[in-house]
Amino acid sequence: MTSVPSIYESTQPTTSAFNTPDYSPQLVKGVESVLVIGSGGLSIGQAGEFDYSGSQAIKALKEANKRTILINPNIATNQTSHSLADEVYYLPVTPEYITYIIERERPDAILLTFGGQTGLNCGVALDKLGVLQKYGIKVLGTPIKTLITSEDRDLFAQALKEINIPTAESFACETVDEALTAAARVQYPVIVRSAYALGGLGSGFANNEGEMKELAAQALSLSPQILVEKSLKGWKEVEYEVVRDRVGNCITVCNMENFDPLGVHTGDSIVFAPSQTLSDEEFHMLRTAAIKIIRHLGVVGECNVQYALQPDGLDYRVIEVNARLSRSSALASKATGYPLAYTAAKIALGYTLPELPNPVTKTTVANFEPSLDYIVAKIPRWDLSKFQHVNRSVGSSMKSVGEVMAIGRNFEEAFQKAIRQIDPSFLGFQGSDEFGDKLDDVLANPTDRRWLAIGQALIYEGYSVEKVHELSKVDSWFLYKCMNLVDMYKELDAVNKLEDLDKDLLTRAKKMGFSDKQIAVSINKGSEADVHELDVRKVRKSFGIVPFVKKIDTLAAEFPANTNYLYTTYNATKSDIDFNDHGVLVLGSGVYRIGSSVEFDWCAVNTARALREKGRKTVMINYNPETVSTDFDEVDRLYFEELSFERVMDIYELENSESAVISVGGQLPQNIALKMLENGANILGTSPVDIDRAENRHKFSSILDTIGVDQPEWSELSSVAEAKEFSQSVGYPVLIRPSYVLSGAAMSVVNSEHELETKLTNASDVSPDHPVVISKFIEGAQEIDVDAVAYNGKVLVHAVSEHVENAGVHSGDATLILPPQSLSESIKDRLYEIAQKVAEAWKITGPFNMQIIKDDRHAGTSLKVIECNIRASRSFPFVSKVLGCNFIDVAVKAFLGDDVPKPVNLMNEEYPYVATKVPQFSFTRLAGADPFLGVEMASTGEVASFGRDALESYWTAMQSTMNFSVPLPPSGILFGGDLSKEYLGQVARTIGELGFKVYTTGEAAKQYLQKYVPASCEVGIIEFPKNDKRKLREVFQHYDIKAVFNLAAKRAESLQDVDYVMRRNAIDFALPLFNEPQTALLFAKALSAKVSEKLKILESQDVIVPPEVRTWHEWIGQRPM
Amino acid sequence: MAPPALTKATFQIQNGPSYEGYSFGAKTSVAGETVFTTSLVGYPESMTDPSYQGQILVFTQPLIGNYGVPSGEARDEFNLLKYFESPHAHVIGIVVAEYAWRYSHWTAVQSLAEWCEKEGVAAITGVDTRSVVQYLREQGSSLGRIVVGDDAAPEYVDTMKSHLVAQVSTKEPYHISNANASANLALIDCGVKENIVRCLVSRGANVTVFPHDYKIQDVAHQFDGIFISNGPGNPTSCAQTVENIKVLLEDSKFAHLPIFGICLGHQLLALAAGACSVKMKYGNRAHNIPALDLTTGQCHITSQNHGYAIDAESLPKNVFKPFFVNLNDGSNEGMIHCTRPVFSTQFHPEAKGGPMDTAVLFDKYFENIEQYQKTRDGNAKTAVKFDIPVQTMASQRVL
Repeated sequence: MTSVPSIYESTQPTTSAFNTPDYSPQLVKGVESVLVIGSGGLSIGQAGEFDYSGSQAIKALKEANKRTILINPNIATNQTSHSLADEVYYLPVTPEYITYIIERERPDAILLTFGGQTGLNCGVALDKLGVLQKYGIKVLGTPIKTLITSEDRDLFAQALKEINIPTAESFACETVDEALTAAARVQYPVIVRSAYALGGLGSGFANNEGEMKELAAQALSLSPQILVEKSLKGWKEVEYEVVRDRVGNCITVCNMENFDPLGVHTGDSIVFAPSQTLSDEEFHMLRTAAIKIIRHLGVVGECNVQYALQPDGLDYRVIEVNARLSRSSALASKATGYPLAYTAAKIALGYTLPELPNPVTKTTVANFEPSLDYIVAKIPRWDLSKFQHVNRSVGSSMKSVGEVMAIGRNFEEAFQKAIRQIDPSFLGFQGSDEFGDKLDDVLANPTDRRWLAIGQALIYEGYSVEKVHELSKVDSWFLYKCMNLVDMYKELDAVNKLEDLDKDLLTRAKKMGFSDKQIAVSINKGSEADVHELDVRKVRKSFGIVPFVKKIDTLAAEFPANTNYLYTTYNATKSDIDFNDHGVLVLGSGVYRIGSSVEFDWCAVNTARALREKGRKTVMINYNPETVSTDFDEVDRLYFEELSFERVMDIYELENSESAVISVGGQLPQNIALKMLENGANILGTSPVDIDRAENRHKFSSILDTIGVDQPEWSELSSVAEAKEFSQSVGYPVLIRPSYVLSGAAMSVVNSEHELETKLTNASDVSPDHPVVISKFIEGAQEIDVDAVAYNGKVLVHAVSEHVENAGVHSGDATLILPPQSLSESIKDRLYEIAQKVAEAWKITGPFNMQIIKDDRHAGTSLKVIECNIRASRSFPFVSKVLGCNFIDVAVKAFLGDDVPKPVNLMNEEYPYVATKVPQFSFTRLAGADPFLGVEMASTGEVASFGRDALESYWTAMQSTMNFSVPLPPSGILFGGDLSKEYLGQVARTIGELGFKVYTTGEAAKQYLQKYVPASCEVGIIEFPKNDKRKLREVFQHYDIKAVFNLAAKRAESLQDVDYVMRRNAIDFALPLFNEPQTALLFAKALSAKVSEKLKILESQDVIVPPEVRTWHEWIGQRPM
Repeated sequence: MAPPALTKATFQIQNGPSYEGYSFGAKTSVAGETVFTTSLVGYPESMTDPSYQGQILVFTQPLIGNYGVPSGEARDEFNLLKYFESPHAHVIGIVVAEYAWRYSHWTAVQSLAEWCEKEGVAAITGVDTRSVVQYLREQGSSLGRIVVGDDAAPEYVDTMKSHLVAQVSTKEPYHISNANASANLALIDCGVKENIVRCLVSRGANVTVFPHDYKIQDVAHQFDGIFISNGPGNPTSCAQTVENIKVLLEDSKFAHLPIFGICLGHQLLALAAGACSVKMKYGNRAHNIPALDLTTGQCHITSQNHGYAIDAESLPKNVFKPFFVNLNDGSNEGMIHCTRPVFSTQFHPEAKGGPMDTAVLFDKYFENIEQYQKTRDGNAKTAVKFDIPVQTMASQRVL
């Protein structure tokens, strides 16, 4: 790497007074266009926070009149919109594709630090490849050299040594033996990390040589080099978010303290901001070190420093520095109101901190450190129960899929709000009897359920704070605060009827963040009482106990701030604002989880924008710090608050809102819609009563019957006997599901009577208030998604996307093609007709989505509706962006009955392009989880790409999924799975013809495959050392395996299952895995169509830009949104 | 432990709102000027800072007492208090949103409540401190009182009218020595924070601390530098100190003598130079205030605690120029002499609590000292014998 001079003319501050009229900031010269690197599909460790940070960066660039070119295949994001970026490429975020874009666009500069680890890695690679030098591209912000230093553990440790900042002593090892020697030197317990890995992938702890051997082998399979360090388990973990400008002005915007001591990845930790147990000495010692580090490294922009702090002394270690925007910086931004990403982008352009105004107060400057007069709690959301064989322990590698943030004026209020935000089934701080005699174990060895174990220990098992601290090492201060909640529970438990609940107790309970429901449950406990949430609410209001509204203004009210960033609290005597807006409430998506993600944030943001365009005041409620909807400049008022019935109605009533939108945030807001209506809220769009008629499976199916829309045979289950009888009559397999379905939870396909008995119990446990329905499961049928918007029962717009996978794969995990390529005009017309009938029957106004099965079993194809959601769906941003028609915009016009567009059949039009949306999985991060697709959704995100045909768009979309590298002949490809079907053979034939080597694991499979592959292609058998990961890796390397096709018919029963081993190791060795017949076939065809072109491009000395490299605008011929 | 029975308390602002809460400190009702700090940490440091003498301090950080209170006796290698900024609390009352009844920290030896009780500090919890700040921000500094239990409400007292510096300054000179000292410094104590002394001693100086009104001009020639400390209240009430400093500034024999002043020390130096002070609307008390260095263009985050400021316009032209400016409100944050090694800052480079970003100013002061020593010692005629009887002096402040 050559040393590049700074792009900033001056790195010295100037003494010119800022307020003089002739003063102008020294910005980077010669930069008119900027390429912004996005982070791609949402995955564990890299999620919605980068939509937020990228969007803010683009906003800042736009303000500076820069032309922005964005690469991000995540079509559901807000940043991939022309209201932000000038040009958008839905392409793989890889050095290869970025080079094509650079060749086409010749940008003057590039922004690398707003697209997560992906963006940063691409930047380092582009520098290494000489691409940036070749095209003379300026790297805005933190220079590449700093990025490399911060990423390479050795360089990093060396750099910190130069300024006497202690890091954990670390040894770089390339073999297992070296790792064992290093471990012996630093002494067990040790931690193993791999360089250049996002979210701590391939990291872990080892307590002895045996564990070390296994861990090192696995980590070395993912990374050529690992680092062995002494474990500092039990130390406090503290982070600082630091900003530095080109002339060296530094601020720390926020510090955060982990509730979980060191040992749990910060992304998987419960975190509080600001730190609560640090003295001034500790706080500023670490702050000073953070500034010293960022200056020494030469960061220009934002940086995150993570520390381990001795719990009983002043020793500390730097764990990690992220010289880019990160999950923590998004959290810090939302926790303080300080727009970190926006400021970092301004700094990258050359502004200095004192030159920038504090965007919240507008009267003070950005060169300050926010003062918080509240406390913020962050809790991660895991969805581990959705995966089979997954290891539930949480440690140095991140596993959570989302996070919540709650704001309160004491610990109890913030913590309890946050707990409820993770999942509405939690009442607040509580226990769980699931641990049995494993309680101490879970306290000591954290899992995703540890906070429940703490609750169980303190509330029910009589553990002392000292004992829980001894086991968990969680600082006693946090546990004392939890004990306050335990004490309050006791007081509430002593109340046995509502009349005994006095004002003082109720006030104190509300100040501690108890919900009305939680109070009701406590009263009912151990008494005859049958108190409901609404009863408590009534009493509470009769006492005049309502929450107050406070502002997040960055300066603890020291200066007046005209900000609209709000939260509610009971720990106050006065609200900061008046309530004269009567704005429209928009309920956001809440926490990102499997099944509900950035798509719904796009919907919420677009709803608010459309409402504002129509002159309405908007009030957003959401609590997800990774979102754009929680940016305070998106709406008139932003409540960073719970999406519970209680809190939403509190806000509705305080604000005297005219109405509420509940159908754009996914299932969560939908679930409280009916109750809101019953309590006097005006709900925009389809009546919640009608929505309920769709959500309730029984009502839903009955109505379909009456309007003559076909559906699979179904029945409501009231007893197991009836269920068996019904299943017998329609024939297995059958699908069982509860009425209220959230991302397919508890849905399952049942193949036999025996399975039915076991599964039935699981499904009914999910939602006891609602009956369970079973329906005939149609195998081998095609599934279709219809997204639509209606007005007074008339369809205004609709989109028909066809699934590549056969029915049975959850629609969230399905590959969608739009416009559909295999559906005839008459089928499309029939689908339109169904949509119209449904819209009319449910009197729909606003968005809705259906999943329909194309059943070809009998003559005269039948179309059967299997699912209908009267709300915006996951695919709304996809269809809107592909068809160039903003469905949310249409929905808002329908809501308001204002400027409602004429109905148009978008599926009758010709589109000279095809877009394909593919799921983004995170199996890599979920050690042990079986990468198998079923009716339970497993993907964490999605990406989409355009092409001239389905093959091209699928080809590009697959490359857009994270770390996907296209297998090229003559490498080896491994086959396995169901030999009773033709699929595997068909795939192998296509692959074999391309000159790949075909391998499998057994004689039977070899015989089977040999029949399909060309005669010249000899199918090889690989001996699978199932239990020795390292040997297995050697085997994969030896045979040069570059992809795995495993088309097993069903999930693995055991960890010894050869198909499971094959699938799992494809993931662990970062190889493309195809585990579903239709997508496997499609990819084989795409390879066949594109591989020679790819080879030609890769071998060429000149940069040849492949045809799929076109902007969104070039594909669809317009610039909507 | 959770409080057995809480005593009610009321916090009242004269002609302003009143707040109900619970007492967690001394069972004495108090009255004084009410100010707020937006600092996130450092309540023991703030409460023992003599600059808060006689004031009721409102914390905006809602959770106070989390890490208890460390020992007031522990001392460091220079015999300076390890954790406190002076031996005792100087605030008379504190107002918090939520007191943490149970604390957890390895340095803590007592709870904040226990310590307040010992120190006679009234304390009230359960107050919407944010709304207090909003009131003070609009109305300006106000008088307040904390009434504990059924006490009769004490009269409002304007503590600014008393000579607060006289209350907190050492009554006799005392001496802190460094075995490897390379300089002798004289410190004018208007209520000095322990860490200021530490910042000087640890850089290799013996520090002799003099009472605020000590005729410093009589001994200044024996020292390698003069330091003027922080302290409480209105700078104009320190007329004697200003007179003394004026001599230092005017007498040509001190033309090369390094002087450094912090906070009140800055204000007194400025008054001695002929500038004027103004009472600020509600003062600056925080750890997050941007101060721009007008000589370098660099901006620093500073720790502050003052209710008065120097009017930068009133600085004598061509003698002193503004050194730092507050980027939030434009107020003066320091001055530097145009030709002499004399400078001062309104903010606190010694931190405790707060950010340590400007600690380099102590280094600058020591560079001035070194320069002074060089030029002076090079000229044999001006060599002076150091005959201050430091051996017989007290080794800590005399109160």
